[in-house]
Amino acid sequence: MANDKLKADSVDPWWVRWLLIGATVGFMVFLLVLPLGVIFWEAIRKGWGVYVKALTDRSARNAIMLSLVAAGISVPLNFLFGLAAAWATTKYTFPGKSLLISMIDLPFAISPIIAGLMYVLVFGLQGWLGATLASWGIQVIFAVPGVVLATIFVTFPFVARELIPLMQEQGSEEEWAAISLGASGWQTFLKVTLPNIKWAILYGVLLCNARAMGEFGAVSVVSSNIRGRTNTIPLQIDALYNDYNTAAAFALASILATLGIITLIAKTLLEQKIERQNGQEEST
Amino acid sequence: MKSPWEVWVWSWLAVGAVLLVGCSDGKNGASGAGEPVKKTLLNVSYDPTRELYAEFNQAFSTHWKELRGEEVEIDQSHGGSGKQSRAVIEGLSADVVSLALSGDIDTIAKKSGLLDADWQQRFPNNSSPYTSTIVFLVRKGNPKQIRDWGDLLGEGVEVITPNPKTGGGARWNYLAAWGYALHRELGDLSALKDPAREGDVRAATEKAKAFIGALYQRVPVLDTSARAATNTFIQRNIGDVLLTWENEAFLALRELGTDQVELVVPSVSILAEPPVAVVNKNAAEHGNAEVANAYLEYLYSDVGQQIIAKNYYRPRRTEVVEPSVLARFAQVNLFALSDLVSGWEEAQEVHFKDRTGIFDLVYQSKP
Amino acid sequence: MRTSKASRRRPQLPGWGLTFGFTIFYLSIVVLIPLLALFLKSITMDWSEFVATMSHPRVLAAIRLTFGASFLAALINVVFGSITAWSLIRYRFPLRKLLDALVDLPFAMPTAVSGIALATIYSHTGLVGSNLFPLGIKTANSGLGVLIALIFIGFPFVVRTLQPAIEDLDHEMEQAAASLGATRFQTVMKVTIPSLLPAILTGFTLAFARALGEYGSVIFIAGNLPMKTEIASLLIVSRLDENDVAGASAIAFVLLTATLFILLLIQAIGWYFNRRTGRQT
Repeated sequence: MANDKLKADSVDPWWVRWLLIGATVGFMVFLLVLPLGVIFWEAIRKGWGVYVKALTDRSARNAIMLSLVAAGISVPLNFLFGLAAAWATTKYTFPGKSLLISMIDLPFAISPIIAGLMYVLVFGLQGWLGATLASWGIQVIFAVPGVVLATIFVTFPFVARELIPLMQEQGSEEEWAAISLGASGWQTFLKVTLPNIKWAILYGVLLCNARAMGEFGAVSVVSSNIRGRTNTIPLQIDALYNDYNTAAAFALASILATLGIITLIAKTLLEQKIERQNGQEEST
Repeated sequence: MKSPWEVWVWSWLAVGAVLLVGCSDGKNGASGAGEPVKKTLLNVSYDPTRELYAEFNQAFSTHWKELRGEEVEIDQSHGGSGKQSRAVIEGLSADVVSLALSGDIDTIAKKSGLLDADWQQRFPNNSSPYTSTIVFLVRKGNPKQIRDWGDLLGEGVEVITPNPKTGGGARWNYLAAWGYALHRELGDLSALKDPAREGDVRAATEKAKAFIGALYQRVPVLDTSARAATNTFIQRNIGDVLLTWENEAFLALRELGTDQVELVVPSVSILAEPPVAVVNKNAAEHGNAEVANAYLEYLYSDVGQQIIAKNYYRPRRTEVVEPSVLARFAQVNLFALSDLVSGWEEAQEVHFKDRTGIFDLVYQSKP
Repeated sequence: MRTSKASRRRPQLPGWGLTFGFTIFYLSIVVLIPLLALFLKSITMDWSEFVATMSHPRVLAAIRLTFGASFLAALINVVFGSITAWSLIRYRFPLRKLLDALVDLPFAMPTAVSGIALATIYSHTGLVGSNLFPLGIKTANSGLGVLIALIFIGFPFVVRTLQPAIEDLDHEMEQAAASLGATRFQTVMKVTIPSLLPAILTGFTLAFARALGEYGSVIFIAGNLPMKTEIASLLIVSRLDENDVAGASAIAFVLLTATLFILLLIQAIGWYFNRRTGRQT
């Protein structure tokens, strides 16, 4: 690795080094570690009984269920989208390709509140499609489909973003080789492309899932905030916190925080795997 | 290989098909045919009624089980009355609404047709099983000496009241203040209907506008609803006085104890009549019409009225409630909404309309 | 419509129709059509109503706060993010790997969770807040609280953008400069930082854009007092609560347009800068 070449001792004076390291550690502990600690501390401060009760009462269970449903629908859909978009943008050239890729990044630039508002404009009763859908008995806003839609919006870039740079780097030689050997399109995809990108897929899906379960702003606009019906875990956390039921709020928060930590751990492990895989490919 | 645009068209068709099939049977999980084992009612209510309906719902479930042998579960939604009303219009499938003012239910009837225009005649007392009024909650010892509406404009006084455009109690607060100002100028609110005193009325209206403007300038944060305002006053410790429902003030006293806050009853206040209604279309769709009507009727029963009084709402049928419980309700000089305006439509048009209503015109909080 | 030009020119891998078609379809439903709805709603609004909405003091105050705090937060993140990225790449110290993984925490954590955690720590009874409030430093229910939350969520963007750039730094240039007699400071100022400028700019932009739209992490700590600590996205929600969909759309439109404009502007600055110095991004 390039870093090994440059040993800091030879370049920066020691006091500079330790100043910078100290600043880094201090800043990060203050900014990041503290909040993480507070979540778990507040969750169990009132005792295990309160903690368990908070997680098992009816509203909490329903919130967890709804979050799982929302993630369960949006993650697979976004996964399919990620595959399709990555394939379309890395295996072909066409005018407007970079525009397409930037569009995939749009959810990062658009406030989740604005995203929710956009869906209200389209699917709300006063919006474009709302009245028509309502007459068919389909309710989007203030119901589960709206929650799912909002979740899809904020999480759809994740898989695509992981796959596109990787597949760009990998190029299409292996696929062409397979085609020339008589493989069909699907066979090529399943047996050649997929194995090369499997770790990136896993990571993208994990991130997508973590974000899907944690989305707050967009979902709060389209949901009706009925506890037990249309509250996801973050909405339930908000409701509990505003009711000054901090212990229960943090109990639910600790679930998502744990999910976040697992995602981070998985990310570190997967990154190593991806690096090793690329390293192996380069050396062959 | 298919062209992309073919794929595009097929995808739309596929989605449409999925939606039609998947979503068209049972928004509520209640199947059209057959006997559902358990009924679920959704009661969309205004903000402070959480404790009231928590207790009432249990009582009703027990009662219905005894009466019909059926299980019924009631889901509650609470929020600012105006906001809730709009949610129902937008598609929140309430079986029953119990909002802060009749205007909000009228709006539902008018904008969505989910209930009939004459909904208010369905239940006794104009469909208001309980009433309340607006009082002040101040800090223990009343350091800023707030005894009446005029004192709200005192030096350095910060007032907490919710946003009239989202909350129901907020509108009662506003109109109570408005009524006080007019009453102070005119001496008697019947002058508003007296053509002979038109000049006086106009002058009094200007003074009232100034009063409202000055009042809302003293509001540091406008919450969306009554309960949120209570939390701002109590939990976040912001403000010197909270304008709120009488029932909410009593609740705060009970939760916090009298060593933190005090209840102050002003010289005049408004008679607030929060109504209830069955949302016929939704209830019919869910197969809940019968139990929904029984649910609201039970509010007028002996048990219902006692629970109401216990939770600090003024019951209609005072004869079935213990005198000792009734004693807590102070005798206040109350005027009615109809003394001020012809109805909620006029109130909305004159006071609460976006950008042209008096509230928007005078509400500019100075930094 | 015939298949695209690309498939006529040379042999293509199979799957073009399916993948491109599905991609466009998905983007249409999820992004393009809703975006169009917002756009059209704002364009077709009565101009005087639009002006009345946007010139309301409360809206102006929210916009000022949102842009000011986001800008400042992104700036602070650039400083500390650069230091962090540098330390993580160039130096060895215990727990380095752990801290490196931790950088992504704001990214992996749901905004509401971060929101209540930050609000708890920095409130007047919190771990940090209880020490700072008596000193007159209000870290919650204030603009400072907003700033803290925005720094939190923008941090990973700067660090993760800078890390690859620092890794790719040409050590030989630094060593050459040193051998020509430049002090360490001069080298950093004239060689290292300019090479990193494109990445710094990108990181700043991402952090800035993200902060402009942030909601969940901020609303718990901010206090949300209109005219004082109310951010633009919360104001949009308030307008929606009042069923003022037109008003909400107006503010959303302005916020969105400003965000996109800033993104483009900074891209342009970076591009111009690269042309002048002849560097590659």
